Amino acid sequence: MTATDTSTGTIAPTTLAPKPRGGLAQSVHDSLVIARRNLIRMKRIPEIVVFGLIQPVMFVLLFAYVFGGSIAVDGSTDPKMFREFLMAGIFAQTVTFATAGSSAGIAEDMTKGLIDRFRSLPMDRGAVLTGRTIADLVQTTLTMVVLIIVALMVGWRIHNGIPKALAAIGLMLLLGYAFTWIGALIGLSVRTPEAATSAGLIWLFPLTFVSNAFAPTSGMPTWLQHIADWNPFSATVQAGRVLFGNPGVSQSDAWPMQHPVWASLFWSVLIIVVFRTLAVRKYRSATA
Amino acid sequence: MQDAIVAEGLVKTFGEVRALDGVDLNVPTGTVLGLLGPNGAGKTTTVRVLTTLLTPDSGRATVAGYDVLKHPDEVRRSIGLSGQFAAVDEYLTGRENLQMVGELYQMRGSAAKSRAQELLEWFNLAEAADRPAKTYSGGMRRRLDLAAALVVRPPVMFMDEPTTGLDPRNRLALWEVIQKLVADGTTLLLTTQYLEEADHLAHDIIVVDHGKVIARGTADQLKAQTGGERVEVVVHDRELIGTATEVLRGFSRDGVSVDKHTRRLTIPVQGGAKLLAEVIRELDARGIEIDDIGLRRPTLDDVFISLTGHHAEDADDDGDESGDGSGSAAEDTGSAAEGAAQTGKDDAR
Repeated sequence: MTATDTSTGTIAPTTLAPKPRGGLAQSVHDSLVIARRNLIRMKRIPEIVVFGLIQPVMFVLLFAYVFGGSIAVDGSTDPKMFREFLMAGIFAQTVTFATAGSSAGIAEDMTKGLIDRFRSLPMDRGAVLTGRTIADLVQTTLTMVVLIIVALMVGWRIHNGIPKALAAIGLMLLLGYAFTWIGALIGLSVRTPEAATSAGLIWLFPLTFVSNAFAPTSGMPTWLQHIADWNPFSATVQAGRVLFGNPGVSQSDAWPMQHPVWASLFWSVLIIVVFRTLAVRKYRSATA
Repeated sequence: MQDAIVAEGLVKTFGEVRALDGVDLNVPTGTVLGLLGPNGAGKTTTVRVLTTLLTPDSGRATVAGYDVLKHPDEVRRSIGLSGQFAAVDEYLTGRENLQMVGELYQMRGSAAKSRAQELLEWFNLAEAADRPAKTYSGGMRRRLDLAAALVVRPPVMFMDEPTTGLDPRNRLALWEVIQKLVADGTTLLLTTQYLEEADHLAHDIIVVDHGKVIARGTADQLKAQTGGERVEVVVHDRELIGTATEVLRGFSRDGVSVDKHTRRLTIPVQGGAKLLAEVIRELDARGIEIDDIGLRRPTLDDVFISLTGHHAEDADDDGDESGDGSGSAAEDTGSAAEGAAQTGKDDAR
């Protein structure tokens, strides 16, 4: 049980770490190493993934059967219409709610000694965060698959073919990925993992509800309708409905509602650029 | 010899607190510097600046010849850091932890893999290699953490209180590893609260308190600075303290310090062991029964008290070390030692 077995000789001569790859190659490499670390953690703490699945499934069932029939979609209160309308909203909400997990995970990492190790290694400065967001994206994708199956079971259908449906799912995942960078920034900005859990969740409620996700915006006061139309979240939901061929596509004149695919792409990329920059800067100056 | 670590005038403030208040230090290549001080003295902050984790408000530092502010990545390639809190991912296995660190040092996957295996064997973790680190004992985690710091076998190592919280056996085992590393040519900066540890491992010692270097030198130099040896006598019979004091006065020009409560008499001496024998004979001749007698060499704790007016360690774990430098302590002197330690603390308050 002693740490030294001197008979095995030297621990190898003193050496320097290999030359850094540098640039994008190193950034990608290091991010993937960290992503793998986070995926292994998910595998060893399956509760996180399981509870991540339960919530959206519950939302589908609650919304579909509680509100279905009381909200008119395209002039009809047929619950089947509402369920078809609802799904794009639930999908988008699910990918964005996953960001609360990123906030908490990163906040927790920052309280651990491990982050000092990472920051003392010759690795890419953004990799700890990028790796985390990649792992979260994998988890979100998994959740999406389960959710799609549940959606098909409650009567949701794809009407415009598989390629467009895949494009819609791609846009949803991109939005989810973009939002994990907001989650990362929140996780870096609060002091405790507990604070990160609530801070990571609170802002998501107004964001996802002041939108076209769960009810048509036409019923909202005009000022709220404008906000909902320009909400980045609404653009992705609208794009989803258009690409899936679901009912309840907003007829608003607002640009994002007229060009939802482009608007969704634009918003997601903008969020990634802005929040990744802020988060990486925050990470560098953070003092664990 | 070139210095592997140099720091000049490091200052770092956190709000109102001046964590570092002009720290200068240098560590010649291949040597060990012990950074000694109580909690909050600035030891960890110094390590964090030197390992690029923290930017100082002012001052400069080079590690392995690279400026920590201008070339942090070059510094990071040259150092290994083993912290106060085992910096491993507890959900990853020992092997996964080491492989990950290797890959982040930019080693190839296969090289990281074989290096991990090597280290697991070397640190006696091979059997536990494929268990998550959270199942490890404190000593095992510390070994894994140290292994992680040695993945590329860096020429400069930083260890922040490497043995804090370890049991004596694990502490000794870690000391052996450290000595082996140094024998292989590693330059090491080690922080510790344990005077004994610095004495045992470090070539040079720097004592810090309130963000300032308050003393530097070898362990021997610091001890000499505090004063020489003393003879301590614990008289059995309280009635005979007066007589014993007279006897001891004959051996000391500087007088006798008497603690009636513990029946302990102390005189500064120069004669060492020979004189000790004479004292014993003389006391015996006068029929004075003694409970304990010893030649007390100054410990680094004495150094600390004489420099700062307070003990280096917290109250809960300093009793034994402060009492005894000579190996003579009988069981019943323990309370006396604690009494002395208590006095020292009261003075500091």
